[in-house]
Amino acid sequence: MTSFALMVLGAPVSTQAPQTALAFARAAVQGGHRILRVFFFHDGVHCGNQMLVPPAGQQPIAEQWAAFAQQHNIDLVVCVASALKRGVLDAGEAKRYDKPAATLHPAFALSGLGQWIDACVNAERHLSFGS
Amino acid sequence: MTQKRILIVCRRPPYGESFAREALDVAMASAAFDQETALLFLDAGVTLLAKNQQPETIGDKSLEKQFAALPLYDVNELYVDADALQQYRLSQTDLSLPAQPLATGEITQLLERSDIVLNF
Repeated sequence: MTSFALMVLGAPVSTQAPQTALAFARAAVQGGHRILRVFFFHDGVHCGNQMLVPPAGQQPIAEQWAAFAQQHNIDLVVCVASALKRGVLDAGEAKRYDKPAATLHPAFALSGLGQWIDACVNAERHLSFGS
Repeated sequence: MTQKRILIVCRRPPYGESFAREALDVAMASAAFDQETALLFLDAGVTLLAKNQQPETIGDKSLEKQFAALPLYDVNELYVDADALQQYRLSQTDLSLPAQPLATGEITQLLERSDIVLNF
């Protein structure tokens, strides 16, 4: 068994990175490995946006990550600095910056880069998707 | 937190996209969490080190001062690919930071002695 820290840097819709990361995460868990944390950084933070409306027949990327994370008890962390700049806000941030809506899916948590450093240091391997 | 040797590789240009800024944020976070942090500038990333950047003309903010502040965060190990410097026609005197030029073989050694390599 190997423990992994995953970083998603690529945006959903315009890049394949989030889907590739999710496919890797599913395969890793199925293979008996452990995902310590998934950290969404740079354009990857759009994965946590619950407002995305995909074409008919496709499940929103945030829902796909949320279902996977819930099933396997995996931490989904969205970089707060990257997220605010891109309009991905939880209820607290929306209120703080006087914005009309919380856009972050509740399965994701906003936090700092320290969470990524912590995951990297504690995981046996780390992988980045979309750089 | 366990202490590891983290190498952050900057290989993108400083402007036109935001990977360089993200690399800088990761470097500062790594140092703030007491990790032994080093940076390596490769490919177009070497232009990050050039003096007198003027991104104001394209409505961006300069990263020069922020990268220059890295030693204040205890990030003192800065390396640059000597071949890439030559490719971009930069000499040591053109640089705003004292990055140590490395030959290809030395870059391999640097990668080998790092526990974690993060590419941006």
